[in-house]
Amino acid sequence: MTRSRLAWGFLLLPLPVAFGALLVGRYPISPGEVGAVLVHAVREGVARLLGLEPPALEGVAPVVQSLVLRIRLPRVGAAALVGANLAVAGAVYQGVFRNPLVEGRLLGVSSGAGLGAALALLLLPRPETVQTLAFLGGLGGVALTALLGWAFGGGVLVLVIAGVLVESFLSALLGIVKYTADPQGTLPAITYWLLGGLSAVRVRDLLPLGVASAAGLAFFFLVRWRVNLLTLADPEAEALGVPVRAMRYLVVAMGTLLVASAVSVGGIVGWVGLLVPHAARGLVGPDYARLLPAAAGLGAALVLALDTLARTLLPAEIPLGILTGLLGAPLFLALFLRFLRERGGWR
Amino acid sequence: MRLWARGVGYAYVRGKPVLQGITLEVRAGEILFLLGPNGSGKTTLLDLLGGLRLPGEGEVALDGRPLSALSPRARARAIASVPQFHEPPFNFTAWEVVLMGRAPYVRLLGQPGPRDRAAADRALEALGLTGLRDRPYYTLSGGERRLVVVARGLAQGASFLLLDEPDAHLDPANQHRVLRAVGGLVEGGLGVVATSHSPNNALLYAHRVALLAVGRLLSVGSPPEVVTPDLLQNAYGIPFVLVGDAPRAVLPALT
Repeated sequence: MTRSRLAWGFLLLPLPVAFGALLVGRYPISPGEVGAVLVHAVREGVARLLGLEPPALEGVAPVVQSLVLRIRLPRVGAAALVGANLAVAGAVYQGVFRNPLVEGRLLGVSSGAGLGAALALLLLPRPETVQTLAFLGGLGGVALTALLGWAFGGGVLVLVIAGVLVESFLSALLGIVKYTADPQGTLPAITYWLLGGLSAVRVRDLLPLGVASAAGLAFFFLVRWRVNLLTLADPEAEALGVPVRAMRYLVVAMGTLLVASAVSVGGIVGWVGLLVPHAARGLVGPDYARLLPAAAGLGAALVLALDTLARTLLPAEIPLGILTGLLGAPLFLALFLRFLRERGGWR
Repeated sequence: MRLWARGVGYAYVRGKPVLQGITLEVRAGEILFLLGPNGSGKTTLLDLLGGLRLPGEGEVALDGRPLSALSPRARARAIASVPQFHEPPFNFTAWEVVLMGRAPYVRLLGQPGPRDRAAADRALEALGLTGLRDRPYYTLSGGERRLVVVARGLAQGASFLLLDEPDAHLDPANQHRVLRAVGGLVEGGLGVVATSHSPNNALLYAHRVALLAVGRLLSVGSPPEVVTPDLLQNAYGIPFVLVGDAPRAVLPALT
């Protein structure tokens, strides 16, 4: 029971990190000012809801209020959602594919989203078209994988093979788009997008990401225990009365919704979906009823922290994907070595 | 509850049946051993009895209703199929593995409730595994793992337990522990079918034995009636000798 409490406690972890992230940046803001702005925003919202006169914000410059609410808060929200989405989807994919080395980017989400974003940057370079086409490309990539996997019988292994095929085919198409792109303007834009980052996030980007995340995370909150059953071999799950093929496709579809919405806003952010679920497993155990809340909280806190480093560490912004890669690989190695030592070998 | 197979046949490849004309009743309160050489269709028959495959010919029925007419959930509440191997990709605890047996009782968007938790605890207790409750599955021995998976089947609350080679890959002591524990469950009114490659385990632990050879039922009856040198030679193709009387055993004849 204490482990279960610990798991839900991780959902609170992003809150202090988010508060810290609102303080720091090119223009440091004091905790008092951030607190005043946030409290005022809540009171203003409540007042509006009740049809009362909104209270005035005193003692804080309007530019500070705008910086907190319009620039930093959307970015903090996006970072938290991207982290939670990638971590939850990664944890679920590892179970569904019965493979601890899988992450949410498998199955052609990332190359599909990359291709969509690159096409948008080539043809209609506006933020909303980039986001929309990236999202649709991600879903399209997975749909293609699912269709191919289904045509070959629908087993887990076949789906992974189909994912590898689609991933490599779409990457080749992405290569064509890059090759034809203008090397002075469009090509660097595509390259930066693929490196991942949240510097372009504004308030309006939060709505689609928020809706997709809410739908996906709520679904996984409800089915959290049942995901355990998908870690069984197909005949075993069927013997327990689980419609295992249909469940796998449904769960992969909802996982894809999470990853595609994250990728469409933040570009390709690697490692989070692989690393965070394993860290969470180390802390609360493999039972998905505890694993999913822990992974969501840890993922949100980690991406928030990394994104804050990405925009404060150097005078110029570091692409988020580079940071997660730099930290992810050594962290994964450390985790993996501990894992091997604990169990005296693989598994 | 009564579980029947009537005139059952099955073919993986059309025109090459692996089972033909099998008629067999599984009764509550007994262990029925399925013996037969490799490829004789034991596991296929077990899958048919469990409703995991639908027969090409004939019918498998539970209390007169064909299994194909039951929903997967209803079937899983009545018949628990226990696989030979359970290899989870993550290191669940014994209790978490057993709790998965409650899947047919947990709603699609629901969580296991107090009843399910209690059922998992009872299943562990019935097999003497309470001390291993919170041990990670991969730290358990082969015999303990086998019992945990049997406990998962027990947690399903089914009337029939179908075990695929519960005595395979275990040392003699663990074979004894597993089959004795299963015998204890049968005294509580459960009906058990177990496939096996050990005629001697059939003599020791079975109430009835069904002997298969190339997809047909050679004989069904009490262990001393079925596990005889003649019938075994018929099924396995080598001569056997009977040794002792109580306990009785069969050995391949050294010629």
